Amino acid sequence: MGDAGAPWDAAEALPRSGEVGGARVDHLVVLGLVQPGARVLDIGCGDGTLLALLRDRRGVDGRGIELSREGVNACLARGLSVIQGDADTDLANYPDGAFDVVVLSQTIQATRNPRIVLEHLLRIGRQVIISFPNFGHWRVRAELAFRGRMPVTAMLPEAWYETPNIHHCTIRDFVGLCRLVGAHIEKATALDARGHRMRFSMPWWVWNLIGAQGVFLLRRE
Amino acid sequence: MDTSPDSCLDTRTDPGVLRETAREPSQALDPKSPVARFGADAPLPMDSGVMLAPFQIAYQTAGRLNADRSNAVLICHALTGDQHFAHTHPVTGKPGWWETLVGPGKPVDTDRFFVVCSNVIGSCMGSTGPASLNPETGRPYGLDFPLVTIRDMVRAQAMLLDHLGIGDLFLCIGGSMGGMQVLQWAALYPERVFAAMPIATGARHSAQNIAFHEVGRQAIMADPAWADGRYLEAGTRPAKGLGVARMGAHITYLSEAALHRKFGRRFQAGSAPTFSFNADFQIESYLRHQGLSFVERFDANAYLYLTRAMDYFDLAEDHGGVLANAFRGTKTRFCAMSFTSDWLFPTADSRAIVHALNAASAPVAFVEVESDKGHDAFLLDEPAMFSAAKGFIDAAARARGL
Repeated sequence: MGDAGAPWDAAEALPRSGEVGGARVDHLVVLGLVQPGARVLDIGCGDGTLLALLRDRRGVDGRGIELSREGVNACLARGLSVIQGDADTDLANYPDGAFDVVVLSQTIQATRNPRIVLEHLLRIGRQVIISFPNFGHWRVRAELAFRGRMPVTAMLPEAWYETPNIHHCTIRDFVGLCRLVGAHIEKATALDARGHRMRFSMPWWVWNLIGAQGVFLLRRE
Repeated sequence: MDTSPDSCLDTRTDPGVLRETAREPSQALDPKSPVARFGADAPLPMDSGVMLAPFQIAYQTAGRLNADRSNAVLICHALTGDQHFAHTHPVTGKPGWWETLVGPGKPVDTDRFFVVCSNVIGSCMGSTGPASLNPETGRPYGLDFPLVTIRDMVRAQAMLLDHLGIGDLFLCIGGSMGGMQVLQWAALYPERVFAAMPIATGARHSAQNIAFHEVGRQAIMADPAWADGRYLEAGTRPAKGLGVARMGAHITYLSEAALHRKFGRRFQAGSAPTFSFNADFQIESYLRHQGLSFVERFDANAYLYLTRAMDYFDLAEDHGGVLANAFRGTKTRFCAMSFTSDWLFPTADSRAIVHALNAASAPVAFVEVESDKGHDAFLLDEPAMFSAAKGFIDAAARARGL
C-alpha cells in the first residue's frame, strides 16, 4: 500500500468471484486467510455464519463475541462458543496471544475507541483480519460534495441520526492508524459495493476512491 | 429462592407476628424420595477435616439412563431448594421447582436425558445434615454437624453418581448456589463434566452477599426458641428467626422493578393505613407469607450451614488466587447465564467466570437475559433463558452423539 510499504492486493488466496457455495465474499476472503486448525476469535460474530464456515471448512477452534442476544442464541444453536459482550469492553480480558487469528468484520467504525480496540486485537491475535466500510468511496464523497448530505449507501445504509457507525474512516485513514499503533500490513484488498473483490492492481488512491470496503491482514510489528 | 414469588399475591394470611411451631421437619429423617446410604466404609471426606460416616443422600431422577450411560444430567439446587426438581413437593404440595426448564420436550428434555438431582449434604430434605441424628449420640446433630462447603456437596454428589453407575455427566446445570456447585464440579472433576451451565451465580460470594447471610443467621440465633441449636430436642422451633431470615433474603431474590410492578405501595385491605404495625402494605403481607411458608418446610440449622457454605465459596482462592487456574486444560464446554436485574449475582459475576474461562482457553458461551425479575428469574418463566439453554444443550447433545 504505497507509503505503508505493504503489498496492496497481493493475496493470491483470495477468491475472485462472489458466488462460492452461497457464502458472503467477505467471509470467503477471511476463509482464504485462515490456516486450517487455527484458533480464531470473531468479534461481532452475528449469527455465527463466519465461525460455522471456518469450523466446517477449516476445522478451526472458533470463538465469538456478539452484542445481540438474538445473535448469541443463533450461535449457541450452531454449537458455537460465543459470549454476549462488546469489543469496547470485553477485549481487555483476553490474554496476550490467545488466538492465531482475530477477526473484526465491519465493526471497528462502530466502536467507541477504535485505536484501543485495534491495539487489543493486535495483542490478542497473532494475526488480525479487519474489514470496514471505506468512507473515501466515490459515492460517499459525491454525496457530501454535490448533495451536501451525510452519505447513505449500500455499505452505510442508516441515516446519520440512527447509524451505529460513529467513527468513519477511509482506507487511507486506516493505514495511518496501522502505522500509529505499530501494525504491520501483511495483505490488503478492497471489495466493491456488492462485496466482490476488485480484480485489477491499481494505485492506492484508486482503491481509496472505488473500494466500498477495505480488508486488511495485520500483524503486530 | 425456590417458591415462586408469583404465587402469593392473593394471600390473606395476616399473621401479625410469625407464629411458632414445634413440627418436626420429617423429611430430614424420612424423605419421600430414594436415598443412597453410605456406611463406615465409604465416608465423605469434608473440607473441615471430618470424615463423615455414615451419611445419606436423598435424590430424585427423571428419564432413563441410556445403554452407553452417556446421557446423565445433574441438576444442582439452590440454597433452600431440594431434590424435587420435577416432582410434587412432599411438604408444600407444589410442583417441582424447575419444571419450567426440565421435563418432556423442555430444554433439559427428560425424554432424552437421565436427570438426577440430590439434596445437598447439610440440607434438611433427606440428605445428612444438622437435623439428622448423630449416630454417636442418638440426638440430632445440631451445631455438632461439621461445617459444609460447596466442595463437600460436590464430593457427595460424585459418590451418589458412582452409586448410580454414572461415570461422566453429559450436563451439569444449576442456578445460584447450584451454579457454584456446577463451577466446583467443573474444577474438581473436569473429566466427568461434558457440558456445564452455571446460571445466575458467581465464582465467589461477595461481601454484600455474606452480609445479607449474616443478618439472616443472626435473626435465627437471636430467637430464644433456637436454643443454641438444640431446638429439636427442646421441642421448639426458631420460626420467628428463620422467618425473618427468609424475609430479608427474599428481598435479595427480587428486584426493585419487580416489587414495584407487583405490589407498588398498594394497601393490603381497604385503602387507608391502619395506624398500626399490622401488615398494611401488600409487600409486607407477601414477605410475612414468604417467611411463614418457609419455616414449614426448612430447618433453621440447615439454613445456617448452607448460607455458610456459600459464604466460604471462593473458587479463585482455592487455586492460588487465579480463577483461570481452576479451569486450566478443561475440555468441558460452558454456557454461563445471568439476568439484567439480578443484583445478588450481577452480570459482572458471570463475566468474571467467562473471562477466567477465556483465559483458560475453555470453550465458553455467555448470555445475559433481559429480565426485571431479579435473581429468582432463573426459576421462573423466562423464554429467553429457555431458548438459549435449548440451543446450547441441543448442540452439546449433537457433539456427544446423543
